[in-house]
Amino acid sequence: MRFILGFIGAVFALILTISLISGVATYFSNPPAPLAAEEFHREPKELRLASDGPFGKFDNQQLQRGFQVFSEVCSACHSLKLVSFRDLKGIGYNDAEVKKIASDWKVQTPSLNPDTGEPATRKPLPSDTIPSPFANEIAARAANNNALPPDLSLITKSREGGAAYVHSLLTGYQNQPAELLKKFPDAKTPPNLHYNPYFANLNIAMPPPLTTNGQVSYEDGTKPTVDQMAQDVAAFLVWTAEPSLARRHASGLAVSVFLLFATILGYLAYRNIWHEAKRAVRVTGPLDPENQAKARRSKAKAGVVG
Amino acid sequence: MSFSWAKPYEPKTALGRWFDERLPLPRLAYGAVGGGYPVPRNLNYFWNFGVAAGLFLTIQIITGIVLAMHYFASTDGAFNSVNQLIMRDVNAGWLLRYAHMNGASFFFIVVYVHIFRGLYYGSYKAPRELVWMLGLVIYLLMMATAFMGYVLPWGQMSYWGAQVITGFFSAFPLIGEPLRVWLLGGYAPDQAALTRFFSLHYLLPFVIAAVVILHIWALHIPGSGNPTGVDVKDERDTLPFHPFYTAKDGWFSGVILLVYALVTFFAPNYLGHPDNYIPANPLATPAHIVPEWYFWPFYAILRSFTVDFILPAKLWGVLAMFSSILLLFFLPWLDKSPVRSGSYRPVFKRFFWLLVVDVIILGYVGGAPISPFRTALGQAAAAYYFLHFLVILPIVSALETPLPLPSSISESVLHGEVAEAAPVGQTKRRGGSIATASAE
Repeated sequence: MRFILGFIGAVFALILTISLISGVATYFSNPPAPLAAEEFHREPKELRLASDGPFGKFDNQQLQRGFQVFSEVCSACHSLKLVSFRDLKGIGYNDAEVKKIASDWKVQTPSLNPDTGEPATRKPLPSDTIPSPFANEIAARAANNNALPPDLSLITKSREGGAAYVHSLLTGYQNQPAELLKKFPDAKTPPNLHYNPYFANLNIAMPPPLTTNGQVSYEDGTKPTVDQMAQDVAAFLVWTAEPSLARRHASGLAVSVFLLFATILGYLAYRNIWHEAKRAVRVTGPLDPENQAKARRSKAKAGVVG
Repeated sequence: MSFSWAKPYEPKTALGRWFDERLPLPRLAYGAVGGGYPVPRNLNYFWNFGVAAGLFLTIQIITGIVLAMHYFASTDGAFNSVNQLIMRDVNAGWLLRYAHMNGASFFFIVVYVHIFRGLYYGSYKAPRELVWMLGLVIYLLMMATAFMGYVLPWGQMSYWGAQVITGFFSAFPLIGEPLRVWLLGGYAPDQAALTRFFSLHYLLPFVIAAVVILHIWALHIPGSGNPTGVDVKDERDTLPFHPFYTAKDGWFSGVILLVYALVTFFAPNYLGHPDNYIPANPLATPAHIVPEWYFWPFYAILRSFTVDFILPAKLWGVLAMFSSILLLFFLPWLDKSPVRSGSYRPVFKRFFWLLVVDVIILGYVGGAPISPFRTALGQAAAAYYFLHFLVILPIVSALETPLPLPSSISESVLHGEVAEAAPVGQTKRRGGSIATASAE
């Protein structure tokens, strides 16, 4: 049987060697062409937020600014279908404010006329989720050159880089570098797309949403630069992706401290139980059973209690 | 128990005696994980990972049952039931979900340590072949369970992972495609597949628990192995499981749980893939389809076959991937060396560490996007994987001269001091010299 198994192993190894050799041969005879997206794609810029790190908590003032950017800019195309208006209480709005935000929302909620049963619309309620301005995917694509604006509820969890990616993308629009066009003449950004090195294939359908400083006027006196607005909305989208983040951090600390304490107690119990069963590898030192026994003996001799 | 000096269960109360005469369940527990199970006294911390695996199975079953109370197994509702209902509205739902997600990863981490422990110390050798094989059955069931669980949130990786993994079956000629359609209940993963995956994902953990019982039962016939690989000879070589190993497992489980808590609370998505937070879309293929990290080495083996040589490359890949796990069932007969522990096998030891590096390389290649360099690296690593088990190990075990073994376990740990051989009050004394031990 060992010969059969050895033969099987040799066959697999042989096929793999053939694959390896043919792969290497192809690589040299027909080297893969470099891609513009591989060379000019950039990793997100570093972004520090109050919610980072194990002690991170949300900065509600920043989240409210971010919500303002979302509602004045992003919500023209994007929805937050996992977030209800009433969830906004979590970033510091009170009941009356939430009610007002919902009923003032520019998109009406589909409903039925209670008298005739015909399709109608009504003002959103705090229990409704933040809707898309488009009735359906076809309408959304028709309005956006066949691109579909994604729901933003989980965007910071569903993209590599999270909030930093959102911030870099929003501030990363630029003209295509001449160097790129020189090296890859075919890679010119097509019409209706926009060059952005933070986007995976470099050309994004979304037009630059934040273009001028002061596009949104903040009530708390923060200067609404493009970078500031991008940071604020990124922070807000961290919250929409996981409103329980601050609670998670706080419980995590409590659980870790508890487990650490329990583990230390468990370790001391273990040392105590094994005390006589285990010969320490190092025969010297105060924890050595023999030395401890000696210490106890001499204490007993001297009449020390304890 | 197999050792004559194992302490029999003695009920201490009238109620205990009454119970023991009618249903000797406490007697069973006492003999299995209590004072009645003598364990080699020289186990190192690699022996704590079996208990840790049981701990994570328990965590998975408990969190999973509660999650199932809130989950909708429907293609329309699954994603939102996880990401809206459970993560936002269910009380501590986020905790249950993250604990379950990361619990799966930690279950695999501890099981991988447990398996490599077995590989190094020769735990698969006689008389423990069935312990090893039942362990592999558990591992296969874990893989099936984890795969189906990953499909349930119905995100992009769920969907495309299901597409790729069930696609393995279509590599087999003739029966392949009908088999795949039968397994999925359709031509692509859809409602039928999601509902049956949910049903099986709920069932299999209990099957795992049943095989765990067989695994422990089979282990208790010869008793636990130990780092020297030398058989237990007499009472001085063992300590009762309780309190010695319950205490050791207890505190070490605390350490493992602490690491698990740190990941679950502070980096819960680190081991996952961002694409699974995008709802499943059969019309948009993700740029890089990768399974969860614990499947990466096997995924690398699958992808390493790139040449149609007699058989199509895909079929080679699938055959090799299944073989890479199934060959472990033959390990007791591939490694004929009578010495169990790798510590006394200088040549084997070097190849063992080479295998560890090899599997890590395969994992890296399997998780990273395809590139010509990584493909070549993966092919070399996959070839070594098969050669290691099927060619090198049999040859090494036949030719190697092992180092001299200690004559007994107690000699290897106790440096011959009789005084420490039997802890006071824990075991029956069998000789005058031991009775005076630790008299102070």
